[in-house]
Amino acid sequence: MGALAVLTACSSPGSTPDETSSNPTTEPTVAEGAPSCGTDPVTLKAYFETGFPMAGELTTEFTKQFPNVTFDTREDQFAVLTQNAPRVLADDPPDLMRLPQMSELATDGLLLNLDSYAEAFGWDQWPASQLEQMRVDDAGRRGDGPLYAMGLNFSMTGVFYNKELAAQIGMTEAPATLAELDGYLQAAKDAGLTPVAQFNGGATGGFAFPLQALMASYGDPAEISAWIYQQPGATIDTPSNLKAAEHLQSWVTSGYFAEDVNSLDYAMMMSRFIGGESVFIFDGDWESGNLDTQMPGNVGFFLMPPVDEGGSFGAMSAPLTYGISANAANPDCAAFFLDWVATNEQARTIAVQIGGSHPMGPADAFMPDVDPNTVTAQTLVAGAAIGEQDGAMDFIANATGSIYAKGWTPNLQKLMAGEQDPAGLLAAVQAEYETEIGG
Amino acid sequence: MAQRLTGLVSGRREGTSPVLGSPESRRRALRARRLRRGGLALTLVAPAALTYFLFVVRPIAQTVQYSFYDWNGVTPSTWVGLANYVALFHDPELSGSIVNAFELIIFFSFVPVILGLFTANTIRGFATSRLAVVARTVLFLPQIIPLVAAGIMWSWQMSTNGLVNQVFRLIGLDGIARAWLGDFDTALPAVGVIGAWVLFGLCMLLLLAGMTKIDPGLYEAARIDGAGPLREFVSITLPSLRQEVVVCVTVTVIAALASFDIVYISTQGGPGNSTLVPGLEIYYLAFFQREVGQASALAVALMALVLAVVLPLQWLNREGDS
Repeated sequence: MGALAVLTACSSPGSTPDETSSNPTTEPTVAEGAPSCGTDPVTLKAYFETGFPMAGELTTEFTKQFPNVTFDTREDQFAVLTQNAPRVLADDPPDLMRLPQMSELATDGLLLNLDSYAEAFGWDQWPASQLEQMRVDDAGRRGDGPLYAMGLNFSMTGVFYNKELAAQIGMTEAPATLAELDGYLQAAKDAGLTPVAQFNGGATGGFAFPLQALMASYGDPAEISAWIYQQPGATIDTPSNLKAAEHLQSWVTSGYFAEDVNSLDYAMMMSRFIGGESVFIFDGDWESGNLDTQMPGNVGFFLMPPVDEGGSFGAMSAPLTYGISANAANPDCAAFFLDWVATNEQARTIAVQIGGSHPMGPADAFMPDVDPNTVTAQTLVAGAAIGEQDGAMDFIANATGSIYAKGWTPNLQKLMAGEQDPAGLLAAVQAEYETEIGG
Repeated sequence: MAQRLTGLVSGRREGTSPVLGSPESRRRALRARRLRRGGLALTLVAPAALTYFLFVVRPIAQTVQYSFYDWNGVTPSTWVGLANYVALFHDPELSGSIVNAFELIIFFSFVPVILGLFTANTIRGFATSRLAVVARTVLFLPQIIPLVAAGIMWSWQMSTNGLVNQVFRLIGLDGIARAWLGDFDTALPAVGVIGAWVLFGLCMLLLLAGMTKIDPGLYEAARIDGAGPLREFVSITLPSLRQEVVVCVTVTVIAALASFDIVYISTQGGPGNSTLVPGLEIYYLAFFQREVGQASALAVALMALVLAVVLPLQWLNREGDS
C-alpha cells in the first residue's frame, strides 16, 4: 500500500493546484451594450454531434453573414460526446458544444452561466418553458436556477405513420382517443402488417418514447417534469403512470410490436419504417426533414391521443442544447451566435427546414413557409398544440445521468420479453433513481 | 605489451591469491563482480523497465488509488476508504455481470480448445498435403479480423433476417429462427458463439504447432503396439500438449472474463442486462455514470478475479514440468 502511495505521488485525484486558480462559477462580464463578435477575426471552437447537419449549416450561414468569424468544428457521435463532455470542457474548452445531460456539468463548474447574456439579449422575454430545462440550481436540479445552455431549436416527439399503409387499414385521419389508436394497431396486425417496429435493443430502450407519451395521456405532464427535475419527493411510481405502463404492456401482449424489437437499434427502426415495414413508429420531429426527403408525401404525424376525446395529452419536448465552456476563449461571440440562431430569419429557416423542429425565440418571431403536405408542417402544428396544452416535458431518460442505461432500458426490455410487469418496472426505475440522487 | 598484460594478470592473481582462503575477502570480491555485472544488466533492462513502470505499473497503481476515492473524473475527489469495494458485494447488477463472464468461459474457452484439439488432430493427419495449409489458413482467418468488425458482422448474421436465420428457415427450422442477440435466453450464448468463432483459430494454430514437436517415433511405436487413432490421441497427443492446452485455456479465460469489444458492439449489455459483463460495467461506470472510483474498484476486483482463476492454471502447468 505504501509503495502504491509513492507511485501515485500521494495527491488525491482531481486536485491539481492550478485548478484552484480558475473559478469557473464567476459570471462573464458583459461589456456595454449587447455582446457581439466584433470585427477582428475570430475562430470559434465548436464540438458538434455527428449525423445532424443543422449545426454545420448554421455555422456556414453565420460565416457568410459575419465573415470575420470562422469555425473550427469537431464532430462525434452522441455517445462519445457524453463520455468526453467533462474532460473536453475542462481540458480543451470549446466555445460551443452540443451537450448531453447537463446537470452535473453545470454543478461541476464546467459550463458558463449564461444569465447575463440572457438579460443582454432579452432571452428572458421568451416563453419561460423554452429555457426551463436548461436551468440548473446549486444542487444539480434542473428547471430552476441560472441558465447554463441554449437551444438551437426544440424538438418534440409523437407518432409517425406511413400514410399508404394507414390507408390499407382504413385510417384516414389521426386517432382522437387511445381506444381508436388501439383499434388501428389491431387492424394493422389483422392485415398482416407490423404495427410498430420500435427500437428497443442494445443500450437504447426506445419503449420509453411511447411509455412517456402514455403517461401524459393518463396523468399530468407537470408531475412527470417534477420527477425529471428531481423535485423533492417526486416519484415515477404513481397510479396514473402504472395505467400507462399497463397500456404499453397490453400492446406487447397483443403483439403490436415487431417480435425482434429487443434487437432493433434506432437506425434499424428508421430503415424499416422508411422501407414500409412498420405502420407506426414513436419518434421525434428531428426526423421530419429526413422523412420528407425519403418518403415525400407519405408520412403523417400525430401526438399520442388522450384517453378520452378532449382529455389531456403531452409530448416530450426538449431543446437541442448547446453550451459554452466555463473556460471558453470567445464566450461573447458564442453567445451572440446562439442569439442569432434564434432571431435571424435565415437561421430560423435553417432550424425548420434542415432541423425539422421549431426554432427557439419569442412566440411571435418569424416563421418560414412550410409546404402543408409535409410532415414538417404537421409537427410544427402539433408543437403549437402542445404549447397551448402546456404539455411539454423533458425526456424521462434525462432525469439523471444514467437512469436511461440503468433504469429504463433494461426494465423496458424485460417488459417486452415478459420478464417484468408494469408495477415492477416503475418500482425498479424509482429505486434506481433514488440510489443515484441519494448517492 | 603482452608482457605487461601477463604481468597485470599475474599481478592480480598474486594480489588475490594470498587472501583466497579468507572468506571475508572472497565475499567482497564476489559482491564487486555481482555489482559490475548487475550495473550492466540494469542499464540494459532500464528502458524496458521504465516503459513497463510508466505504462503498466503506474496505471495499475493509479487505478488502485482511485478505487479508494469518490471521484467524477474532473472535480476534486473525496476519500471513501473501502466503500467502493463494499458496494461491489451489494449491487446485484455488478455480481450478475461477473456470473455472465463466467458463463462466457464455456464459449470463449472450452469450445475453442476442444474444437481446436480435434481440428488440429485432424489436420495433423494430412499435415503434408496442400489441403492442410489451406485448412490452417482458413480456420485461422477469424483471428486476424478486428473484434469490432467480427461483432458487427455477426450481429448482422444473427439478426431477424440474417444469414443464421435464413439457414434455419432453409432447412425447415422456422420455429427456432429469432433475433438471437435480442432474446433474453439466447443473447449470452450468441455473444459466446462470436467469441468462440474468433478464438478457435488461435487455439487450433497453437495446438497444431505443439503437435509438430511430438516425436513421430512415439506414434510409430504405439501403432506397432496396435493402438488405434483414438488411443494415439488420448495417450500421446493429449499428454504431450498439456503446456499448449494450458496456454490456450489461460488466454481464452482471460478473454472471457475481461471481454468488452464483442459485447459492446453486438448487444451493449442488453437486453435487460442479460449480457452485461464486468468490462462493460466498468466502462459505463467510468464514462456514463462518471463514478471513476467505483469503476476503478470494479477494475481492481476484476484483475484479482482473473488472477485467481488463471494462477492455478499456471501451477498446473508447472507441476507437469517437474
